[in-house]
Amino acid sequence: MEAKNLKVPANSLRSGPDEKGHFGLYGGRYVAETLMPLILEVEQAWHKARDNEAFWDEFNALAKDYVGRPSPLYFAKATTAHYGGAKIYFKRDELNHTGAHKINHCLGQILVARRMGKKRIIAETGAGQHGVATATVCALFDMPCTVFMGAEDIKRQKPNVFRMKLLGAEVVPVTSGSGTLKDAMNEALRHWVAHVEDTYYLIGTVAGPHPYPEMVRDFQSVIGIETKEQMMEKEGRLPDSLVACIGGGSNAMGLFHPFLDDPSVQMFGVEAGGFGVDTDKHAASLTGGSTGILHGMRSYFLQNDDGQINEAHSISAGLDYPGIGPEHAYLHDIDRVQYVSVTDDEALEAFKMLSQLEGIIPALEPSHAFAHVMKLAPTLPKDHVLVMNLCGRGDKDIFTVAEKLGMEI
Amino acid sequence: MSRIQKTFEALKDKNQKALNIFVTAGYPDATRSLEILKSLPSSGADLIELGIPFTDPMADGPTIQDSSLQALENGMSLQGTLDMLTEFRKDNTGTPVILMGYFNPIYKYGCDKFVNNAKTAGADGLIVVDLPPEEDEELRIPAQKAGLDFIKLVTPTTIGTRLDTVIKNASGFLYYVSIAGITGTKSANIDEVAAHIKQIKEKCDLPVAVGFGIKTPEDAAKMSKIADAVVVGSAIVENINKNQSVSNIVAPLSEQVIALKKAI
Ligand SMILES: Cc1ncc(COP(=O)(O)O)c(C=O)c1O
Repeated sequence: MEAKNLKVPANSLRSGPDEKGHFGLYGGRYVAETLMPLILEVEQAWHKARDNEAFWDEFNALAKDYVGRPSPLYFAKATTAHYGGAKIYFKRDELNHTGAHKINHCLGQILVARRMGKKRIIAETGAGQHGVATATVCALFDMPCTVFMGAEDIKRQKPNVFRMKLLGAEVVPVTSGSGTLKDAMNEALRHWVAHVEDTYYLIGTVAGPHPYPEMVRDFQSVIGIETKEQMMEKEGRLPDSLVACIGGGSNAMGLFHPFLDDPSVQMFGVEAGGFGVDTDKHAASLTGGSTGILHGMRSYFLQNDDGQINEAHSISAGLDYPGIGPEHAYLHDIDRVQYVSVTDDEALEAFKMLSQLEGIIPALEPSHAFAHVMKLAPTLPKDHVLVMNLCGRGDKDIFTVAEKLGMEI
Repeated sequence: MSRIQKTFEALKDKNQKALNIFVTAGYPDATRSLEILKSLPSSGADLIELGIPFTDPMADGPTIQDSSLQALENGMSLQGTLDMLTEFRKDNTGTPVILMGYFNPIYKYGCDKFVNNAKTAGADGLIVVDLPPEEDEELRIPAQKAGLDFIKLVTPTTIGTRLDTVIKNASGFLYYVSIAGITGTKSANIDEVAAHIKQIKEKCDLPVAVGFGIKTPEDAAKMSKIADAVVVGSAIVENINKNQSVSNIVAPLSEQVIALKKAI
């Protein structure tokens, strides 16, 4: 169950993007000219690596022994019994080294960066999970690492800031704009423009200019590839539905992509509904946004009628992004994946439920996925097999949750 | 002949270089922004780049970022920028105005509607920072059809065959970004800029304007020797910022523009 470059048939839903990086109307490369030659170079290096068996051997060896892959596919017996409907499985990517799925694409990208001969790595981070995973692979490969992080996020994700520093990364607070993930990404792009020669920008989700959405997806697809094989072993068949949370969409794309051509498999992407998508405080770009161009891609964004980007809001710093990866925008438009949202309060309730039912403290991000599972499972028959991506553990969130619950740590 | 062409030819006849002044529309507020805009030609601006404010200006440094956010807070919009230009044209028909910004507000407004309304308002050209040749057809084709020049950015990384790709559908003039970086930060290495402009001139007849990092009359003087136009942006916006509380904001700005024009 290892990742490699699988040949995809022409009429497949997995064949995107086209050679210019478009998924239907979405994606592309909307960047300043200074970056274009470099982005084309990243694309070339990535495609060369993708077609090279030795590259995947290196990736898979580290994924196994350093990250701890494959992550288990766990049948959640107590949860299944509690909700009395679908058979619920968790894909346990929270057990990865560093505690989330982000390490999958960090490992892949740093191997590409090394092949390009780049000397230093920059990244943006929201919750700090991607920042920690980036700092981790930089420590592993002895490369200097600079992480841009919104000043607001630095306040609410202190443990991860400390981890990044321990790992040797420089954490740069971003105060421009709203001081959150979108601003951190702006700042990383600005920094990259000024350091094109020696620097690789290690993007933390399936967003940004082509080839990032494709490349990050292909590294995260290890999640779906493993799930498919593990499900064959356990149930002897495909699952009936998949559920994953969506910030930029990397853990969801990783789970969904290998199943896109299996029409019997239903998929649910869960966006952060904040105070509710009918308020102005949420992060649901698909259910509450419209099409636009930001961060190098055409996709759905939270914005006003003048095309000004709105601030996102979510209890979960990792979902607090006013956009979404372009492949999700495409899958939304063609109705292959259903996108729903859950509120902060529902996610908080799900956080508590999962901790108590299974003894697994989830991150606030997959708590959103679980909140949807809590609604969905009871409506489904007992022979319906559902897989939820448990893409991160909750250690980083205990302070936020304690504060919300009015408890002191 | 377009206003841009006429301006460059008239200056060439007089053996002069052009001064392009960038201001953010609606900064520090709509009223004073219009006053500033109206004052620029008589102070010596040969061309004006009018920045359409955007929340997430990816290629701009803190000075222009802050000016954009303040303009937006004070109610400026893409429509407001066009209305401002319409006002400006009531008593100026000679100075070319180039609308400069990011694609999202234009995309949201609608490309066709935008080019028609921009033309009617009196715009001469467009510079859209995040629209490289690979993605520009959607706006470039309707813009050029409507008679707006589509001004391309050439950067220090635009070398080899990439240069051919970038200049292919350019019109009006070329905007040479003198540094690999964002606005208002580093200063350029003049020899490198000169060498690159020489290569560009071998391939393209359009005038070349140099921008990013030009702050003082001395900077402008040096750059004017190797280019057809110099662009000053962040230094102007910074001066507006400094004089926000002054009752006559136009006076210190005119002084600055006069000094820049004199230097080139
Ligand atoms: C555990 C976890 N899940 C999900 C996300 C959201 O990102 P994506 O939608 O790209 O998976 C994050 C982001 O930080 C995260 O830390």
